[in-house]
Amino acid sequence: MASAMNDIAIPGQLLPSYREQSPAVRARFERLKAREVILTVSGLHKNFDSEGKTTVALKDINFNTHRRELLCVVGPSGCGKSTLVRILAGLEEHSAGDVLLLGQPVTGPGSDRGMVFQGYTLFPWLTVKKNVMFGLEVNGHGKLESDREAMQWLQLIGLEKFADAYPHQLSGGMKQRVAIVRALANQPRILLMDEPFGALDAQTRCRMQAHLLEIWRKIDITIVFITHDLDEAIFLADRILVLSAHPGQIQELIEVPVPRPRSVAQIVSPEFLATKARLEQLIYSARHDPGEEDDYPIVARMTNVTDNVE
Amino acid sequence: MASSTLFRVLRPLSPRAKLVIGILSFVLPVGVWSLVSYVPQIWHPQIMITDPGSVSYLDVGAHLARDAYEGEVADAKQQGRAPPKGVPANPVYLPSPGEVARAFYTSFTTPPETKDGQWLHQSLWHSIRIIFWGYVISSLIGVPLGILCGAYAALARVNEPFIEFFRYLPAPAFGALMVAILGIYDGPKIAIIVIGTFFQQVLIIANTTRKLDPALLEAALTLGTRSRQLLTRVVVPAILPDLYRDQRILLGWAWTYLIVAELIGTTSGITWFITQQARFQHFPNVYAAIAMIGIIGLGTDMLLAVLGRRLFPWDRSLAKFA
Repeated sequence: MASAMNDIAIPGQLLPSYREQSPAVRARFERLKAREVILTVSGLHKNFDSEGKTTVALKDINFNTHRRELLCVVGPSGCGKSTLVRILAGLEEHSAGDVLLLGQPVTGPGSDRGMVFQGYTLFPWLTVKKNVMFGLEVNGHGKLESDREAMQWLQLIGLEKFADAYPHQLSGGMKQRVAIVRALANQPRILLMDEPFGALDAQTRCRMQAHLLEIWRKIDITIVFITHDLDEAIFLADRILVLSAHPGQIQELIEVPVPRPRSVAQIVSPEFLATKARLEQLIYSARHDPGEEDDYPIVARMTNVTDNVE
Repeated sequence: MASSTLFRVLRPLSPRAKLVIGILSFVLPVGVWSLVSYVPQIWHPQIMITDPGSVSYLDVGAHLARDAYEGEVADAKQQGRAPPKGVPANPVYLPSPGEVARAFYTSFTTPPETKDGQWLHQSLWHSIRIIFWGYVISSLIGVPLGILCGAYAALARVNEPFIEFFRYLPAPAFGALMVAILGIYDGPKIAIIVIGTFFQQVLIIANTTRKLDPALLEAALTLGTRSRQLLTRVVVPAILPDLYRDQRILLGWAWTYLIVAELIGTTSGITWFITQQARFQHFPNVYAAIAMIGIIGLGTDMLLAVLGRRLFPWDRSLAKFA
């Protein structure tokens, strides 16, 4: 399976190919692909029209996710990964192609697809519990039943003590935990997450990733997770969809060879490093068109020539 | 306190500094007023006669311009007559803080000067009723219309250009028309308050509604909220604290139309009191009545601010200025 082309050398160590899977991992992927398809995206295009000019944001996107899969989408800024997830949520319309949830075309937002945003979108005027009850109530569940279910969800994430607190009294990580169960309370088929941990500090982010995996292991949910953090993608994902920018296209759908259950220690494992090297190669070397990030100038020296810091 | 801690851009003050400076904001103008009133060397362009002497046209208490007084004194001395005596005084239209403070009390205890006249508290109560009904009628239509204009671009487009035009028309200009339509009593006065408030109200509330974070709407949509539920479930609760703040500002706005409104048709309320007192040159009473309007306005607003913090415990922008 491993071809020489895909071996990436780093000093003192020859990494295996990111395509090399241990028997356990391979068996897991076989089981995963045997499960039913939840989401089908085929021939998806998205164009933006502005000032008479048409920009292609997404071009010919095709992929499936299976039940209880955790799919991460990565790509450089401007690859349209946020647009993609917003189309899946039904918040934006696509220009061509199909988005099917269990075979049914997606026509607009709905409670069968939950979403967690990067910004904290908890309703500030509702307490934590009422935030979680919101989706249940608008979908016709009674107050008592919603109340009981909301408390169960809060217990699941250990925030039942904060049921009557307002969102502004919570830390960023707690807010996102509430946002996750608020989306899950509707029992959606798929949970869409648009860089949900992007605004958190590094430590909280790490704990949230482990927490998300814990939730995902315990309930029947399929997750599509958008991120620009490659470590996060590898740590969380079964498969990683790599997009390129201008236009947003699929470069590769990578099966992550890191075995589960995942732990922080795996970040230095050969499989992890090999996957990361491949992602970096795809994302950072493929930048041939002059984007904004290539335009950083050499800064003129404004100190004495002998006064060097490195 | 060092200026370095008092003058920092967009930084809050310490609670102590806040209190002291807040008190100063009233003490300073009253201080200037006191200086002008009680220090004879400052301004005092007139002389109040305490003894007319030999000048036949002067009475005790009459005000005379300083140079006219000096002329009379010089004439009298030259002719060997008794010179008039007097003390430096300010014109009658600027009473001292003490006089106004006294008037504040006595204006409530003085019975009306004419038989059909009203006590001050009756005048005030009448004015408050005019404001209340004008503001309520304006809000009953203006608030829902403002929210709808903010939420739906089509409604904004059909309403706002005309409202933008109409809000430049001075409300008092409709006085005569309103009297013709609504009679001479309270109707036209309330109508002027409504005209003065309503058009600003729609535009301000529409703008407040448009400032709503669209991410909250998207979050609600992905939770399965149907678009007709959005207004009641998300838009209104989300903007409520800002709406409340707008309504407080607009209530102040309504007060500023009061005097003009009460002059229309039969003069009534606090305006009637003020014009009556000015006619009799009871200027301390005039100032007291004007100050009363300020106190009622500020008092209501402070009350509403406290109530607002109770009503919206989750609102952060209120807490910042609390």
